[in-house]
Amino acid sequence: MEDLSFQHKVGARAGGARRTAIIGVVASGNLEVLVERVLPDAECQIEIKTAAIGFGEVWNAVIADFVERYSPGGLRFSINDGGARPDTVSLRLAQAVRLIEENEQ
Amino acid sequence: MTAPIKHTVQFPAERARATSFNEASARTRIELLLDAGSFVEFIGPAAREVSPHLKIFDIPEQFDDGIVVGRGRLDNSPVFIAAQEGRFMGGAFGEVHGAKLIGLLRAARELKSIPLLILFDTGGVRLQEANAGELAIAEIMRAVMEARTAGVKVIGLIGGRSGCYGGGGLIAGCCSALAVSEPGRIAVSGPEVIETNRGVEEFDSRDRALVWRTMGGKHRRLLGAADVFADDTVEGFRDAAMELLGLVGTFDLDRLKAEQLRLADRLRSFGTCEDAVDIWTAEGIAHAEAIPELPADQFIALANKIGRTSRDAR
Repeated sequence: MEDLSFQHKVGARAGGARRTAIIGVVASGNLEVLVERVLPDAECQIEIKTAAIGFGEVWNAVIADFVERYSPGGLRFSINDGGARPDTVSLRLAQAVRLIEENEQ
Repeated sequence: MTAPIKHTVQFPAERARATSFNEASARTRIELLLDAGSFVEFIGPAAREVSPHLKIFDIPEQFDDGIVVGRGRLDNSPVFIAAQEGRFMGGAFGEVHGAKLIGLLRAARELKSIPLLILFDTGGVRLQEANAGELAIAEIMRAVMEARTAGVKVIGLIGGRSGCYGGGGLIAGCCSALAVSEPGRIAVSGPEVIETNRGVEEFDSRDRALVWRTMGGKHRRLLGAADVFADDTVEGFRDAAMELLGLVGTFDLDRLKAEQLRLADRLRSFGTCEDAVDIWTAEGIAHAEAIPELPADQFIALANKIGRTSRDAR
């Protein structure tokens, strides 16, 4: 296992009012993303535990692209990864933001 | 290039009808099976109650340890619910995973009147957690029997990808009643385990048709091991759960004795059969060999004709 951590400054707070959301499962080639609204509006943090060792640069690129696209201010993402490909990671991160921005039922 | 995608609004009932139970995640199953918006999770992923064992083996953890537990409403009545995630470690029981289900069963036991649904999706004990997983199975079986003795209806719903194997099969046998779908499988030893221990001539695990007609939902329904056969949609299982909650009677020593008689009678009647098709034929089903091909609605009609209550002692 390898632990990675990324911090980004972001321009805008993520929409919606939900406190937490979760998407995905930990399986081969898949991952789960737990997102929590616990940070100041201009910050974003991503903590990763991954089974695939040595892919820090790829994660860095995927996360930077995600933060630029979605501006997930105030959110902390915690990821358990079972060796997902970068496109799957991007998809799950986007789903996580969409979920937490949904209106509470 | 990045025009906003329009999301068509689907009502929960519509989604429950259109969603395969087999393919859905544990969380989606709960969301669509219960009354819309009624689910409240206990010890959710944000609590990070993960397995204490997996890191020793350098295996990724899951925040909910592969089981979602909580309370909600089914047709406006309160229920407890637990759903295993069959894709995380094959839905296997570990220490935390098991403890969450035990806690839920004990809460139901204390309150006595609120039924509990278990959405099984498991290969059995998580081998990396060895004794802790085995102990969890034993404690869950005890907790199921204690809850039932206190008057709680414990309903098992089986239609996940991992089936209901190993200790999961034992727990299912302790439930008040079971619903199963065609892709759902119920057994203790899985196909590969049997082949490994007894040889390919005893059981060829690569023969999928053999696996399904021996352990699959249709056979379990016809044998009386499962009480209701559900179509593979979340709505199918929602309807099955409501039907079973209406059917389950009281639990006492007489009922256990009746179940023992039923099982002894079953062994007497079918003990010499070589194959499931022989059992179906012995039960008086014409064209028994056609059963695996029957669509769900025709199979349900056939199974209902054969009867349920006369052989159901649980």
